[in-house]
Amino acid sequence: MALSTDEVARLAALARVDLSPEELAKLAPQLDVILDAVARVSEIAGDDIKPSSHAFEITNVFRPDEVRPSISQEAALSGAPAEEDGKFRVPRILEED
Amino acid sequence: MSELVSYDEAVAAFEPVLGLEVHTELNTKTKMFCGCQNSFGGEPNTHTCPVCLGLPGSLPSVNAKAIESAIRIGLALNCSIASWCRFARKNYFYPDMAKDYQISQYDEPLCFDGYLDVEVDGETYRVPIERAHMEEDAGKLTHVGGSGRIQGADYSLVDYNRAGTPLIEIVTKPVRGVGAKAPQVAKAYVAALRDILRSLGVSDVRMEQASLRCDANVSLMPWGSDELGTRTETKNVNSLRTVEAALTYEIRRQGAVLLSGGKVKQETRHWNENGYTLPGRSKEEAEDYRYFPEPDLVPVAPSREWVDQLRASLPEPPAQRRARLQGEWGLTDLEMRDILGADALELIAATVEAGAAPQAARKWWLGELNRLAKEADVELDAVGMSPVQVAELQALVDAGTLTDKLARQVIEGVVAGEGTPAEVVEKRGLKVVGGSALDDAVAAALEANPSAVESIKAGRQQAIGALIGAVMKSMKGQADAGQVRQLIMEKLG
Repeated sequence: MALSTDEVARLAALARVDLSPEELAKLAPQLDVILDAVARVSEIAGDDIKPSSHAFEITNVFRPDEVRPSISQEAALSGAPAEEDGKFRVPRILEED
Repeated sequence: MSELVSYDEAVAAFEPVLGLEVHTELNTKTKMFCGCQNSFGGEPNTHTCPVCLGLPGSLPSVNAKAIESAIRIGLALNCSIASWCRFARKNYFYPDMAKDYQISQYDEPLCFDGYLDVEVDGETYRVPIERAHMEEDAGKLTHVGGSGRIQGADYSLVDYNRAGTPLIEIVTKPVRGVGAKAPQVAKAYVAALRDILRSLGVSDVRMEQASLRCDANVSLMPWGSDELGTRTETKNVNSLRTVEAALTYEIRRQGAVLLSGGKVKQETRHWNENGYTLPGRSKEEAEDYRYFPEPDLVPVAPSREWVDQLRASLPEPPAQRRARLQGEWGLTDLEMRDILGADALELIAATVEAGAAPQAARKWWLGELNRLAKEADVELDAVGMSPVQVAELQALVDAGTLTDKLARQVIEGVVAGEGTPAEVVEKRGLKVVGGSALDDAVAAALEANPSAVESIKAGRQQAIGALIGAVMKSMKGQADAGQVRQLIMEKLG
């Protein structure tokens, strides 16, 4: 399939993964192997096999609209690197424009 | 701010084409994919759980009531309902969504190909609807430092109470053929949509609380052309009036750009309350949400029987309801148009339901209350007096406790937060005074104005005005003028 390093760089940017040029060059062929393997599945699957996104052919798994207890604010924030006024504190999102 | 041409100039040269995206939060008891309470506000991060916080290992489960509401919305908008569809992941990094993706629907919406007929100035326009799909709302961000905007803030705070609230996104196809009426049609469409959602009981539809939100797209193309122009999308449109104002502004702005030979830039803009739109942040890269079918959820496949059953239980469509109420209330088309223009139909209906006569309910909502709402620059239903209170007020008028004039003062009191009509009457001492106090006032007025009395006795009836005026003055307005007239005539009779 031959994935270019540019394409890998774009994927890395979308996934917010910081990769060096060396890493990009190393990963491109590895990702190629995965893509080829997946492509082989669609070659093998004939017209009689429907595309699926789930292991089981079941539908309509619903939950009744009944309130269940939430966790406490303290528990919710327990994994937060920073908090303020009961809220998650996150770094600046956008620089001044 | 940009250069503008007049609206007339813009629509003389170009045909506006609309596209409207409306998000509505469903009022289910729980969130879309977890059992956390779905409610507006609350202490921050108290309605959360591992699912809506996106903690590892948690799995979503679909709220049956939300699916039902979505199908009912689709049916009310004349949509087809998919016999099989899936949720999809929309991937993006933003702190308002803890999972780093939003569960939405992509190319398989639950509802599609519908329409909504709306009326503007007595003419009907059909707004074609492309789709109505299910998704979840994001958390609420507060930006701290700088000017409080996202740009230049020092940091941001996140409250995930709203994260995972069921949302329905309703998207129109390009709306063409509405010409210069485009902004009015857009406003009427959002109002009609709101009425439908309200009649279905599926959403609180409060634009000021963002349970109903609109993104307004518009582009211009030369008349007679078939090629759509470049569109802009205005966000932050949070009232019916803003829908109309923002589109009018964008048409004038785009018109100016095109007439001066420029090109409209495809961008997201934000409505500023001071009456203009500003460009949002420009994106360096085209967005790439990498949608894929949500692996944690199985497809939704509503049975024909279920859909038919929901269709059969739909409430009376608002347009039909309007026609019926107009007949029942005996109103002319013009009177009805005023009511719709003031967005007062449901308020009047609720007031009539609470026991007031239609004409009386109409008088208060279109008169004093409408005036106060405009003065305070709020929507009529946020003026500060409920239909039940208006009916209560009218009952006091009917009982002779209040004159219309006193009733207006009571309305002022209720709107100012002084309590129910009865409480305001009590606190302000606004009751119509009759009995011996009124008799005494009449006697005093007759004694103090002998010349007026002589004139009336001599047959000059118009002199009674001075006497009534004197009585009303001494009663500080708390008397019924008709009753005063009658008392005077009796005394002189």
